[in-house]
Amino acid sequence: MAIKIALPKGRLLRKTAAMLQRAEWGLDDYQSSTSYYRPKSSKFPEALIRVFNEKDIPIQIAMGNYDLGICGEDWIEELLVKYPSSGVIKIKDLLYGGGALYVAAASTAPNLRQNGSAVRIASEYPNLAESYALKNHLSRFSVFPVWGAAEAYPPENAELALLSADHASELKASGMQMVKKMLDYGTYLIANRQSWENKNLEKIVTTIFEAIPEISKSPGEKKDIEPTPVKSSPAVAIDKNTVRLALPDGHQQQQTVDLLNKAGIKIEGYPGQDGNRRPVIALDGITVKVIRPQDMPLQVANGNFDLAITGRDWLADHLAQFPSSPVKEILNLKLRKVRLVAVVHQDLPVEDTSGLSKLLSRRELPFRVASEYVNIADKYARENHLGHYRVIPTWGATEAFLPEDADMLIENTETGRTITRHSLKIIDTLFESTACLIGSTTEAGETKKERVDDLVNKLRVAVEA
Amino acid sequence: MKIQRCKGMRDLSPADMKVFRYVQGVYRDSFIKWGYREVMTPTIEYLHLFTSAGTLTPGMLGKVYSFLDWDGWSGERIVLRPEGTIPVARMYSDKMHGLARLYYTANVFRFEQNENDNREVWQCGAEIIGAGSAIADAELIVLSLDILKNLGINTEIRLSHAGLINALLTKLGLSQEEHHKTYDKILDGDTGALADISKQSPELGDTLLPLLNLKGQSTAFLKNQQALLCHNIPDIKKPLDDFIKTLAVLDELGVKYQINIASGAGFEYYTGVIFQLYANKQKIGGGGRYDALIKSMGGGDTPASGFALYLDRLMKMVKMRDSTPEEKIILVKVSSADAVKEAFKAADALRQAGFIAEIDLDGQKPELVLEVKSGTPAFVFTINGKSQQAKTIADVIKVLEG
Repeated sequence: MAIKIALPKGRLLRKTAAMLQRAEWGLDDYQSSTSYYRPKSSKFPEALIRVFNEKDIPIQIAMGNYDLGICGEDWIEELLVKYPSSGVIKIKDLLYGGGALYVAAASTAPNLRQNGSAVRIASEYPNLAESYALKNHLSRFSVFPVWGAAEAYPPENAELALLSADHASELKASGMQMVKKMLDYGTYLIANRQSWENKNLEKIVTTIFEAIPEISKSPGEKKDIEPTPVKSSPAVAIDKNTVRLALPDGHQQQQTVDLLNKAGIKIEGYPGQDGNRRPVIALDGITVKVIRPQDMPLQVANGNFDLAITGRDWLADHLAQFPSSPVKEILNLKLRKVRLVAVVHQDLPVEDTSGLSKLLSRRELPFRVASEYVNIADKYARENHLGHYRVIPTWGATEAFLPEDADMLIENTETGRTITRHSLKIIDTLFESTACLIGSTTEAGETKKERVDDLVNKLRVAVEA
Repeated sequence: MKIQRCKGMRDLSPADMKVFRYVQGVYRDSFIKWGYREVMTPTIEYLHLFTSAGTLTPGMLGKVYSFLDWDGWSGERIVLRPEGTIPVARMYSDKMHGLARLYYTANVFRFEQNENDNREVWQCGAEIIGAGSAIADAELIVLSLDILKNLGINTEIRLSHAGLINALLTKLGLSQEEHHKTYDKILDGDTGALADISKQSPELGDTLLPLLNLKGQSTAFLKNQQALLCHNIPDIKKPLDDFIKTLAVLDELGVKYQINIASGAGFEYYTGVIFQLYANKQKIGGGGRYDALIKSMGGGDTPASGFALYLDRLMKMVKMRDSTPEEKIILVKVSSADAVKEAFKAADALRQAGFIAEIDLDGQKPELVLEVKSGTPAFVFTINGKSQQAKTIADVIKVLEG
């Protein structure tokens, strides 16, 4: 049976490519972040190699979809802390691309052992965050799993952030201080336990071992400052009349800037090249933070923000998870029109959902639905009676999962071209998504309400112009 | 496609349930006679009920089934209850006051790594809330022994004291974090933890090691050591006095026990005596005093103690007493379509008279068959192949009651 290998894209791509070059794998296409996800090795032509988002790799290995993988130890620990019996084993530290995970607070840190109000932890590593909270006897806590920008949350929107940084001094740059270092992590070669016990992986693994640099990283290099003792301080007070607005980073940023310009609203420091997440808006009584659009509905539901510009897709995903959430769409901004679609491989003899449930009634194996929209995908599978299904969470580049690593995708698409290029076909359209302004149904005070209305009107005029 | 049972979960068959109900009958009998009243708490609770400082150890919390509810956008998690005492304490602090003797039967959920271990287990438990005396501790121990004796299970008791462990740890001068960690280790059953640490403190080693290595009944030894211990560790006087008081009551009652200071129980909420029940080297239950728990839930300064028995283990050990012979089942046969009503009536009359009556559905042949006809005679009664006729159901019952 062919050996299957999962390689990282993004942060670790360049160094992993260099290492595999030293190992003389002769990879034809693993140098750039192009949309090519299936490189071939001239040394191991039989091997099936796939490129994933780093976060997906431990999950793919644990599920047994891949035999070997390379990824950051942070994501391995995030999986193992919750599922210690999962089939992932760490084979070897590859001695490059390391960092550390820190629990950090804003310079005015909260008292963490207090009873009463919940300690909020924002993190891309929700399992590690929960484990930290339990181990440290936080009597009451809630974890905000975020897609990114965890450093933007404290102090107003979370007491703590669990985040990755090269060095503790990096935390200072975003106005944070270290509470505890959780983990020094490296990059690891990992294997599926069963594969490691049963398959012959020796040749491949040996080439990697031989390509690891001789010099070991000296722990002395990473000297961290002492953790700051956490002192008690009152919760951060925000004027109750201040309107807190969340603006998106990433793809949606430029369009949002254009929209604000059109509405005649001046904003400074957005986009911030220096990692600034608190741009200044020229409107009285309004503060702005830049966070991921995926995280906005949850933040608005919790009262951390009054308004946010996100997508209808992420609002729908939030409402699929929490049907009684107080978040609602206030204004359709009509930007970035995409369709959410159900996608299968071209070879699957199915044209629509009813054909799909017929096909599944004869199927023994669980039907795997991969999606960034975990809750929408779960609801869709439930409502369409997909029987014994599993939702595989992904972090982008989902097209490449079909047909080997998933059976169906719930994806967004603008033109459908990417889907066709990957030999996939659309069998259903769930809904159309555009950017929208969201808010909460929770009652606000008079002054705040006026400020919200004023901003909404300005944006409405700009949208309709 | 074959639908499988969820990993770590298990079905209880009619035969299993018979044993389950038998065990339940025995402990309910004892609880009621000792003046305990039954309560039931929900399966789902907030996670923070169990994470508040001083309730469960992190080892135990790592096995809790926790998840977000459909309205859990705040990130606060809910759990399938991992144990029975804390919910009962919550219930007490919510709506009760004064002295309460309570008992419960509950399924509790813990994620055991090995999927062959049960992840849902059943417990029965008793709590005395509102009494802080050594007599209350002794009552619980004797009550648990009473139940186990009635089930025919030979039990061994191991005693420890949470206050004593804490005083020893305080004397070791550990950091707050280390102190907590070691305490949790001891409670999670790492019996070597205290011994390891006390070896590092030669001054204490002389006093501690004999204490840690205690085996068998040794109140006398403990009393002898009292002077020496109190001299070395003044803070130990209070918990030690408390411990000896309970031991004295047990001695008075002739209860046999072993002292095993470093043995664990997994619950951080214990403040005083901890007792563990063993049969055939297997732990079948345990309990202890938890004087700070109700207060930590905002329920006022209320002393309390309690215990739980592990029903799954008891079910495997108990030999059911066959004092009541197997109930005979009377099969009521419907001879024709127009006799249905009469057959149901006849079956009902038999049940009223205290028999088990089954309407025949599959033509099986037990010892007792009552055929119900629409004509005369209305009833044909067959016992072991011999038939006789009857006009009324009253006549049939007369024959059965013999």
